[in-house]
Amino acid sequence: MFESFGYIVSTLVKGVPPTMEATAGGIALTIVLSFITGPALLSRSRAVRVVSRVYVEGLRGTSEVVQLFWLYFVLPALVGLQLVPLYAGVLVLGLNHGAYGAEIVRGAVQSVPRAQYEAATALGFTPAQRMWRVILPQAVVEMLPPFNNLFIQLLKSTALLSFITVPEIANQGELLRANFGSQLTTIYVIELVLYLLLALAITFVMRALERIASKRVGRRPPDRARLLGHAAPGSA
Amino acid sequence: MGWDWSFAFRVLPDLLRGLLVTVEVTVLGSLVAYALGLVLALLRRSRIAVLSRLVQLFVEFVRSTPLLVQIFFLFYVLPPTTGIKLSPLVTGVVALGVHYAAYTSEVYRAGIEAVPRGQWEAATALNLPRNRVWIGVVLPQALPRVVPALGNYTISMFKETPLLLAIGVLDVVNRAKEAGAEYYRFTEPYTMAGLLFLLVSYPASVLVRRLERRVGRQH
Repeated sequence: MFESFGYIVSTLVKGVPPTMEATAGGIALTIVLSFITGPALLSRSRAVRVVSRVYVEGLRGTSEVVQLFWLYFVLPALVGLQLVPLYAGVLVLGLNHGAYGAEIVRGAVQSVPRAQYEAATALGFTPAQRMWRVILPQAVVEMLPPFNNLFIQLLKSTALLSFITVPEIANQGELLRANFGSQLTTIYVIELVLYLLLALAITFVMRALERIASKRVGRRPPDRARLLGHAAPGSA
Repeated sequence: MGWDWSFAFRVLPDLLRGLLVTVEVTVLGSLVAYALGLVLALLRRSRIAVLSRLVQLFVEFVRSTPLLVQIFFLFYVLPPTTGIKLSPLVTGVVALGVHYAAYTSEVYRAGIEAVPRGQWEAATALNLPRNRVWIGVVLPQALPRVVPALGNYTISMFKETPLLLAIGVLDVVNRAKEAGAEYYRFTEPYTMAGLLFLLVSYPASVLVRRLERRVGRQH
């Protein structure tokens, strides 16, 4: 009994590094895509606006599972490019959550008061300086709580990668299910706890970033005690 | 390998049958989420501190863990431990319903908190019994403005129903998978499955956005 418990734990824990890799890769891609597409949604060029809008609506309008299957099973047939499961997973996680992140960035940039733009222009800032030195530092403070929720959604989505045999936590659990039919409760409870701990780690990091970002623009940092209990409901 | 129209039309009826299942699960799951979410939101405001705290922990736990693992948990763990054996479809409805109830409970909570204090005070001044305060004063004001947010969660749920293929529900993606495996041709089934999602969820999200503006104007 206890031997198998140890085996179950060690097998599931082996799934943690791939889960973390997929999450970290997905988050990195999400951030890049959000900060490219978010401002693009507000671009003065109609073509840029249309392209970014199509990306955002297309990725938000279809199911993540379909996107994953499409990238993993259809793309190789169409262009002959077979991706490694983990890379296909990171790509889908990033593309999908990047579309949601773009809306977060757009909303936060738009929420910066008009007067900030005018002041920056009056002081002779170039448009790029205005964006990077005046608007974004203020917008980032607004973005961090919704990004926290988005990253937790992304972490949860990594479980989908078990469909394409990435050896992450959920996939490890399914491998165990075949041989440990009498201990399914143990298997799934441990899985859930592992995901919960990873989610708490994300929230912990994001809260720290929130404190730094709000201090930098001279606002009162958010409450340190509220690690559990998100500010807003999830975005995805 | 290009696009084969005749194959696409051959698998389309199957996909549409699957889409019907997807819609069915989404509608039933939403009803569970709307009802259970309200119950959770009210329990969260309970004066019994332990109860309120427990509900909060439950909501956070459900929201921080993957839906897929929750589906497996309901499907594989519940029957042997409780003796209740649910069909894949019912398991799916319950799993989606409970998962999204955690989100909708926060929506209701925000809606209830947005009701002005004066309304509560007036109800107290009129000496209304507690259940009439809720049913006659607070909820009629709180519920209309949460409708768009609930709609958004229904759209999210719609896009997450394909997870149920893991326990054998024949939704649109599972149909596409079967058709693809049968002919070893995945391009058309998966592409069309994706388009079907877009076809339903994009108009739905436009509708919700319009609703949002209308609710926004009223308050």
